[in-house]
Amino acid sequence: MIPRRYRVVHVWPELDDVMSMELAPLDGPSPQFKPGQFNMIYPFGVGEAAISISGDMTDPGRLIHTTRAVGAVSSAITGLTKGDMVGIRGPFGSHWPIEDQTGREIVFVAGGLGLPPLRPAIYHALQNRKDYDGLTIIHGARSPDTLVYPEELTEWKSRFDTEVDVTVDHALPGWTGRVGVVTTCLDRALAGMDAVNVSAFVCGPEVMMRFSAQSLIAAGVPCDRIWVSMERNMKCAIGFCGHCQYGPDFVCRDGPVFRYDKIARRLGLKEI
Amino acid sequence: MALKGFETILAEHPVFKGFDHETLSLLAGCAKNERFRPGETIYNEGDTADKTYILREGDVAVEICCPEKEPIIIESLHGGDVLGFGWLVPPYRCMSHARAVSAVRAMSLDAQCMRGKCDENPALGYAMFQHWVPHLAVRFRALRLQLIDVYGCEVA
Repeated sequence: MIPRRYRVVHVWPELDDVMSMELAPLDGPSPQFKPGQFNMIYPFGVGEAAISISGDMTDPGRLIHTTRAVGAVSSAITGLTKGDMVGIRGPFGSHWPIEDQTGREIVFVAGGLGLPPLRPAIYHALQNRKDYDGLTIIHGARSPDTLVYPEELTEWKSRFDTEVDVTVDHALPGWTGRVGVVTTCLDRALAGMDAVNVSAFVCGPEVMMRFSAQSLIAAGVPCDRIWVSMERNMKCAIGFCGHCQYGPDFVCRDGPVFRYDKIARRLGLKEI
Repeated sequence: MALKGFETILAEHPVFKGFDHETLSLLAGCAKNERFRPGETIYNEGDTADKTYILREGDVAVEICCPEKEPIIIESLHGGDVLGFGWLVPPYRCMSHARAVSAVRAMSLDAQCMRGKCDENPALGYAMFQHWVPHLAVRFRALRLQLIDVYGCEVA
């Protein structure tokens, strides 16, 4: 429960209200993390916020987080500059079981800021590409100027062994990419796959994850081969305080990554 | 030869693949090949919806104009997609603008010809309804998602 001190070694903007930062540990080496896990970041004197780890898990010494400024704590995090110190607790929570999907066709579906929590799993799949039958990354955003990691998306797209589809909900003339919700891209991508052999990792706004999971299941993807990452207001991060209770689960302890069939019924419930 | 080509295209398309050979042959009589250059307007909002298009190649931007602003692209369509639903609903007007983003090759189906064949043969009309509605439902579902602006309410 005691935060470890980290120094901000690099910050860079991703979007108007989104920034990424690299942290270096001051109290011994960083613990190993798994893709999809999160840390509690503590800008001293302000409070803690749960932020997914978005860097490469083979390089835990370079701890990377991407944060959007939406409240007091996340605004304080996005206001950090090189040399500042923060407290970190973690890593916490369940992870994307990407390492268990060898031999299968991997589909990542990221909506908006759902890409940062998926990125460590994407890195793993790219680094171990021969272990998987196929690799497809589908990324949806509100508009072209809200795409995160655009350079990396281009880099991934240039690989011959990886399919990358980017779509935006609306655009202005000049945009030559796809326009339409992420499920339209997904339907198109799945049309050429053996759906039974697909393992899908979906992260983004809850409505988008629900509709994406429905499209995956309609195409024949087994519901126990779909994982989603839930988001709730987390405080203690160890399942004690109850802030992030989600039915019988605590998102911080039992999630944030859940197998879809375990929570499918809850996703359709109002106000949970 | 051209008619046989149209029949094959129709038979391979998700909206028409359930039709029998005779019906496809009938519908192919309403078909024509079309080409559009990059940037060319395919139709404008309010135009008579006298055709529907099955895109074979290329990309199309479906746009809505906003006063004193650039038009907003609300949907992009690509090879295999159907462009234009105004022909199904009176007063048969195009509901948006459509512009070729890249070189587009398409097959058009003449709306009056299609409606005429359906009027003459109600069984064909009902079959058309059965095959078009699921496709429209998918498009409406996507538009609903767009409408709620899922990324607008993201918190972190």
